[in-house]
Amino acid sequence: MELLLQQILAGLATGTIYACIALAIVMTYLAIGHLNFAQGEMAMFSTFVAWQLIQWGVPYWITFLATISLSFLGGVLIERVVLRPIHNAPVLSHVAVFIGLLAILNSLAGFIWNFSVKPFPTPFGTAALGEGGFVSAHQVGMIAVTLVVLAFLYAFFRFTRIGLAMRAAAADPVSARLVGIRVDWMMALGWGMASSIGAIAGMMIAPIVFLEPNMMLGVLLYGFAGAVLGGLASPLGAVCGGLIVGVIENLAGTFIPVIGGELKFTIALVVIVAVLLMKPQGLFGRPVLHRV
Amino acid sequence: MTALLEVEELRAGYGATQVLHGLSFSVVEGGVTTLLGGNGAGKTTTLRALCGMVARSGAIRMAGRSIASLSTEDIARLGVAHVPDGRGTFSRLTVEENLQLGAISRRDPQGIASDMRRIYGYFPILERRSSQQAGMLSGGEQQMLAVGRALMLRPKLMLLDEPSFGLAPRVVRELFAILAALKANEGVSILLVEQNASIALDLADHAYLLETGRIVFSGPARDIREDEKIRRSYLGY
Repeated sequence: MELLLQQILAGLATGTIYACIALAIVMTYLAIGHLNFAQGEMAMFSTFVAWQLIQWGVPYWITFLATISLSFLGGVLIERVVLRPIHNAPVLSHVAVFIGLLAILNSLAGFIWNFSVKPFPTPFGTAALGEGGFVSAHQVGMIAVTLVVLAFLYAFFRFTRIGLAMRAAAADPVSARLVGIRVDWMMALGWGMASSIGAIAGMMIAPIVFLEPNMMLGVLLYGFAGAVLGGLASPLGAVCGGLIVGVIENLAGTFIPVIGGELKFTIALVVIVAVLLMKPQGLFGRPVLHRV
Repeated sequence: MTALLEVEELRAGYGATQVLHGLSFSVVEGGVTTLLGGNGAGKTTTLRALCGMVARSGAIRMAGRSIASLSTEDIARLGVAHVPDGRGTFSRLTVEENLQLGAISRRDPQGIASDMRRIYGYFPILERRSSQQAGMLSGGEQQMLAVGRALMLRPKLMLLDEPSFGLAPRVVRELFAILAALKANEGVSILLVEQNASIALDLADHAYLLETGRIVFSGPARDIREDEKIRRSYLGY
């Protein structure tokens, strides 16, 4: 029983990593209606930028804010330059562009900062907390940061006019234009926000998995699983989905002997397929109701 | 009687297919102008061309200002509210959110709030369903929501694309009674595209008849309504 509890809590701790990335994925999806496969690499690149600022002696929290701002601008720029020409192109064109971005950012990061593994500082300290010390101060800090971002996004989409305009632009761009929404700028804004959230995720994850250009590849898959499980419609769903995927991964790895350490990635894929088969709108998505 | 909207030699089409072959018409300020025609006449294309949703050429002037090269959202921000065919409601958002979106480009919160109340006054069913998903509403209710959303813009010109489409006769009469009230109280000019000629002519001041992308008749609505010969030859009833 105690082992179960420990594993659940450990799973929740890793789950916050997935929750962070899932949040960025859902954010992009809400803004532009596409799944950004390059989300992990964008986050990784932002984290390298943060690392560089820290190397130059910039204090942590200033680096944190600067990286968020730079990532926002980077996201807007990517949308305006790379994505605008393919706005009306079919889904596969977007997928191809995202994969291209993934490859470019990965190689660029390796080129600029090389592929060696680097430690990344945490502002929360590394003290082990709780009985048995299975969760660290950093992980608690990570959960707190994720919840703050979540609260901000919830308020943004629910209570602000620009949040409503963004939701409308993503849901039906033609109708959105008819009410005067500048759809192009809504998409750019959405990308900027997703990029910033990815940067936060990267800076939270790097102290645990260590900073190197490939650090996000594994995390991204779990992030997608979490986003799909939560239903791609809500930031809250993304966070809950990420946490649940973390728990499932840990429990399956511990208690199902066949899976162990090697087959853990398959858990993420199984979750995705299971959700799409059984409840496509996920746990928190609103089912799309059709009048018959 | 000044013209709010003036259109000259409007040409438009989809890719290689030209649908409108040089239309010239106008909408009088404060009045209802109807554009009648059968399937494929080019009525929907006309409204889309006015809003920049299809490639078009020709002169389009709104209150004297050319809008022929503006984007859809900029035309909307000038006070042109288009209720498209298919209603264009945001089906996953609530009724209230749909109405709020109608006013999203405005900057006067008090005006928006009072407009919301006035529109709930015209369409009480919308107030009852204000927190429901718009996609759950019946066809008639969605049409009312679409008109309500257009009014939230406080438009100078409303473009209505076949509001009677797919609605039961009783619902159509109810809707057009509200449109008549809007005409009397709101001072908004309306360009009404309709297949249902009789109900459109009851509301309109002026009528144009469109046939395969050309205007074949233009005159006061009363003339078509009352002159059996014109009605028979052009509208077949």
